[in-house]
Amino acid sequence: MTTPMPSMDPRELVTVNLGPQHPSTHGVFRLKATLDGETIHDAEMIVGYLHRSMEKLAEERTYTQNIPFTDRIDYLAAMSNNLAYCLAVEKLLGIDVPPRAQFIRILFAELQRIASHAMANGTFINDCGAWHTPLFHMFREREQILDLFEMTCGARLTTNYMRVGGVAFDLPDELLPAVRIFLRDMPGHISDYEDLILGNEILVARARGVGVIDAASAINASFSGPALRGSGVPFDLRKADPYCGYENFEFDIPVGRNGDCYDRFLVRMTEVKESLRILHQVVDNIPPGPWLTELPLHLRPEPGEAYARVESPRGELGFYLVSDGGPSPYRFHCRPPSLINLSALKEMTIGGTLADAIVTLGSIDIVVGEIDR
Amino acid sequence: MNLPLTPWYDFRDLSGLSSEISGWVGADWLGSIISGVLGALGILMIIGPVLLGLIWLERKVISRFQQRYGPNRVGPKGLLQPVADAVKLVLKEELRPRAADKFLFLLPPILVFIPGILVWGVIPFGPNMQIADLNVGVLFLLAISSTAVVAIFIAGWSSNNKYALFGSMRVIAMSISYEVPMVLSLLTIVFFTGSMSLNGIVQWQQSEDLILILLLPMTAFTFFFAATAELNRTPMDISEAESEIVAGYHTEYSGMRFGLFYAVELLNTFGISAFVATFFLGGWWLWGLDEWIPSWLILLAKTGAVYFIFIWLRGTLPRLRLDQMMNFCWKFLVPSGLLFLVAAAVERTLLIERGWDASIALPVFGVINFAMMGVAIFAWAKASGTPEQRLPSTALMARGRLGGLRAAQAISRQEAGAFEDFGAEPAGGD
Repeated sequence: MTTPMPSMDPRELVTVNLGPQHPSTHGVFRLKATLDGETIHDAEMIVGYLHRSMEKLAEERTYTQNIPFTDRIDYLAAMSNNLAYCLAVEKLLGIDVPPRAQFIRILFAELQRIASHAMANGTFINDCGAWHTPLFHMFREREQILDLFEMTCGARLTTNYMRVGGVAFDLPDELLPAVRIFLRDMPGHISDYEDLILGNEILVARARGVGVIDAASAINASFSGPALRGSGVPFDLRKADPYCGYENFEFDIPVGRNGDCYDRFLVRMTEVKESLRILHQVVDNIPPGPWLTELPLHLRPEPGEAYARVESPRGELGFYLVSDGGPSPYRFHCRPPSLINLSALKEMTIGGTLADAIVTLGSIDIVVGEIDR
Repeated sequence: MNLPLTPWYDFRDLSGLSSEISGWVGADWLGSIISGVLGALGILMIIGPVLLGLIWLERKVISRFQQRYGPNRVGPKGLLQPVADAVKLVLKEELRPRAADKFLFLLPPILVFIPGILVWGVIPFGPNMQIADLNVGVLFLLAISSTAVVAIFIAGWSSNNKYALFGSMRVIAMSISYEVPMVLSLLTIVFFTGSMSLNGIVQWQQSEDLILILLLPMTAFTFFFAATAELNRTPMDISEAESEIVAGYHTEYSGMRFGLFYAVELLNTFGISAFVATFFLGGWWLWGLDEWIPSWLILLAKTGAVYFIFIWLRGTLPRLRLDQMMNFCWKFLVPSGLLFLVAAAVERTLLIERGWDASIALPVFGVINFAMMGVAIFAWAKASGTPEQRLPSTALMARGRLGGLRAAQAISRQEAGAFEDFGAEPAGGD
């Protein structure tokens, strides 16, 4: 047996596979990190472990049958995904949606945003090393929202509630009072979180100045959502390209100032409050009327293409559909915000420590189902 | 050891029973052996149930912090859940990586348990209730508790797993660093009390009618923090940081071997809680109440209170990074430990050499030490942290206006009123 040649590099690099099975990769994502001690020397992202071939499968199914797929693309924000897909099909068909349906869509999209941000912030603090306490506190509110979903459409996670031309069912009578109770309780819960974590020295020490990406690089990497706004770019599709009548609601867009992990976390915390503002307006002004446009059972759009995008909790979620006039889309493409926000992870992590990389990954808030589809 | 012995039936202090047995046996050395073995058996018999209770307690308390019920299925209030878990762990297959070092891999779960039990030998449960009243008890504690690090390093190295190696390297770095403030804080106590025996320290607190945390608050804080690091508990649990290196040094261990690591962590925590109670909270003594309540119950109650603080910390705080922990140790705990060592020396000199009246001087010293602790913490809070950490912690509100890079640059140029510089851009303004 020959002794291996001593390396010329004095740094003794070690390659560590974070994932695909790892507690903080939020699914089966793999980060191949080359470490020099604790410092990250190189990082390589390997995705595709959760690939389910959704885009190809969707080409064999009718437009309505594809809605459940979108639930499973981003399983933490099923409502937003339903909405984006339905908007794309509606664009393709060129139909309008009744005003009540618009309000219901906004109601559930914003509830979904709160639920998703609760999950994102909870797991982010878990990645910072907290022993699940903030996560479970936020899960409590997420449970309340999932109960509201269950009340409306019978499902909690994969809701499959939006339909082309509206929503599947009208709101049950008990829903709006329940939403009002939620809106009454939520500000207290938010101030609980803020007391518990926002000013926590350890959290600030862990997340401030970590995983920094400046505004220009964030735009170059075509970031969207809280990751982009954390870098200070005030861009939100609900304002920039309003859909479902978001232009009629009053809300602000929180932006960070430094583009570090703490700012992304902060933007999410503030967005929850803004979502509550929108929800108040929705609940007070929801009009009566039909909730679904009358459409033929088999949708056969004219040949053409359409791209619709929404501000999902993770960023710009877009669906690109091409129709050849048949009952199923000729091409079904999803623009996943998680994958694109992840693209700059390498630049954000190199030079930091292993612990910083985990925090950065947590602050981007990925859903692997969306990355791999 | 020169305290009057209690009758054998006095359950407040079981040493009476022990000496009764010794007298009954006759030969002095045989009596010592018998009472020693009985004491050791007693501790071992207590440790098992206490461990199971601790697992239940920790899970239950943390659950309550986290708005959930915790174990409540097996047995009354879920009390038998740890037993069920232990049975499951024992029955599980013991996996060993093919590339692991066969012998060294088996060793650490056993090795790591030994110091965890040995340190209980010097804890005084009562005036005479102590297996070994070593006159170097403090040294014994330091020496024994450091040996666990070797076992942990063996575990990390022999697993042939990078996560395990990272975990054990972090343990080594952390333990070596945090031994220093720990020794400094214990040295301060030894300076002040003039005794290295744990019972001597408790008796000093009894004779001065003062628990040491009131006299040496910073020392207690330093010891507590250093102990947290030694124990690998949140916020210092970087050696088994779940979100970073999976499980650290015991990543490759399964079944009861993992169970031993898990149990010894809780056992050490409980042991350190007992030491904190002994050093800083008066041990078995409680302002004369130990005349009425069994002294070992008082010690256990104090230990439980300290243990609760450990659980509380775990349920509340995120984890520090390795370099931040090292900074905290070397830049704050060690200098402040040295400062308080000098302060304690000065105070001790005034007390003994100058013959100051202890009943007046000790409260004054306590106040001075508290003030110094406040100054030290304030100075650290001012001096620590990077400029980034002092950045504002609120998000700006874009007030409905949008933009791309120009808007972002405007924000970075001037924070307030940045949005007035450019008009609301039309849809898709990016």
